[in-house]
Amino acid sequence: MGTSATAVRESFQTEDLSIFYGTYEAVKGISLPFAENTVTALIGPSGCGKSTFLRSLNRMNDEISGSTTKGSIWIDGVDINASGTDVIKLRQKIGMVWQKPNPFYKSIYDNIAFGPKYHGVKGKKALDEIVESSLRKAALWDEVKDRLKDSALALSGGQQQRLCIARALSVNPQILLLDEPASALDPVSTGKVEELIKELKEELRIVIVTHNMQQAARISDYTAYFYLGSLVEYDKTDKVFTNPENQMTQEYIMGRFG
Amino acid sequence: MKLKNSRIEKHHIEDFVGRTYMSFCVLLLITIIVSMVYFVASKGISTFTSGDVSVTDFLFGTKWSPEADTPSFGAFPFITGSFLVTLLAALIASPLSLCAALFMTEIVPGWGKKLLQPVIELLAGIPSVVYGFIGLSVIVPFLRNNLPGQGIGVAAGALVLSVMILPTITSVAADALASLPQNLKESSYALGATRWQTISRVIIPTTFPAIMTGIVLGMARAFGEALAVQMVIGNAPFVPKSLFESASTLTSVITLGMGNTTMGSAHNNALWSMALVLMLMTFVFVFFVRLLERRNKI
Repeated sequence: MGTSATAVRESFQTEDLSIFYGTYEAVKGISLPFAENTVTALIGPSGCGKSTFLRSLNRMNDEISGSTTKGSIWIDGVDINASGTDVIKLRQKIGMVWQKPNPFYKSIYDNIAFGPKYHGVKGKKALDEIVESSLRKAALWDEVKDRLKDSALALSGGQQQRLCIARALSVNPQILLLDEPASALDPVSTGKVEELIKELKEELRIVIVTHNMQQAARISDYTAYFYLGSLVEYDKTDKVFTNPENQMTQEYIMGRFG
Repeated sequence: MKLKNSRIEKHHIEDFVGRTYMSFCVLLLITIIVSMVYFVASKGISTFTSGDVSVTDFLFGTKWSPEADTPSFGAFPFITGSFLVTLLAALIASPLSLCAALFMTEIVPGWGKKLLQPVIELLAGIPSVVYGFIGLSVIVPFLRNNLPGQGIGVAAGALVLSVMILPTITSVAADALASLPQNLKESSYALGATRWQTISRVIIPTTFPAIMTGIVLGMARAFGEALAVQMVIGNAPFVPKSLFESASTLTSVITLGMGNTTMGSAHNNALWSMALVLMLMTFVFVFFVRLLERRNKI
């Protein structure tokens, strides 16, 4: 494990985080920091626990019966994995976007306004502003501004995914979790989403799970390589991709393994 | 190995036999359905073609006295009766079914489903005469003792029917809820929505067409149910003025009258006309289900 993982205590980091499905340990005691204004890529072969790890960060695994999470997830000095955490409030701080675009069966406008409405934003004007700014941040505004009342399902796959990112941004999160956000998209849409990720990191931290090595190299600042539920290597992306410490990491990145 | 071969091989014969058998079954099925529809329609129309009754007199006439010296065949009380009990039953059963389905799929997917699934299958399997019997010995006395009227009537019929269509709506709704993509719910949770907000604003609106399909299927069942309703509704040939008054439905009049009329008589033909109305209504229900399914795909 990279030594830098626990050396500096970040305001957002995991500490000895283990996740069980029943008795099966899917994630084994992982400590990872997520620095401000950075993109951290989680890579590794399928089933290595990276998605499970990502889902634990906003307590999404709570929704899966039989899963238990041990260890700590620190955000601004608070362990959000401890009991008594207000999961609803927590999830406003941590947005999430999935592999398959999953807009609600509502209009484009209502997709974005959905979250803010529940967090006390009142009045059409305030909502209008949030919708516009979220769509602008997701670089979708110009494409949809004339048809905000249209069904979100009428958008293309790439647009839907950017809509989902805009929806996640609508509640003003500090952290954005992306679970293979571009793997179901064509190269042009993928490029747009990657562009977007680079811009968004100016405002928040991003944790991204990806199977695309080039993508990880292109957009991330830090890379963590997972294998069989354990963290094999964690370091600056440049370092991991040019001069990895671990033989396994190198082989995976070169495509000889996994 | 020669691939071009004019000889008839075993697999050719298998294929031929299989296809012939399937085609035969399908043709038989289509023939049966078409002849049934034709039979009911021709018998049903004969009331009007024989000149005994006009279509408007039949559909909107309120006087039903088939055995009188100057018989009149106004089926309006039965048509209203059928619609009334069906709508009421759907009104009672729909919210209950939706809640049961949500409980099974969203609230307690583990033991909730294990417990409710067999209960609902059991409810669907109970013969209608048993429902009618229970209605007659439990619901009717209860209504008689606690509310105005004799107990038998529209309310009793609607209550019995609502229990009967509960499993239909519940299972269709539960299937629809279970087939929702998991991450659709999760993306609502990820925005900080509560479970209630997720259910009411994401899950129900998304599955709404499918839930409506279940309700329409339930209504179709209620509309066509004869025996259980006939046992508790009282079978008076009048348009009911209150829910606790005795009334009749199309089905109950047919089952009661069919055995006492001679084939070809005006009375018998009028019953066939009612059967035709029932069949047409079934088509309407099927049409609605198709429409909803198409909307569901978008």
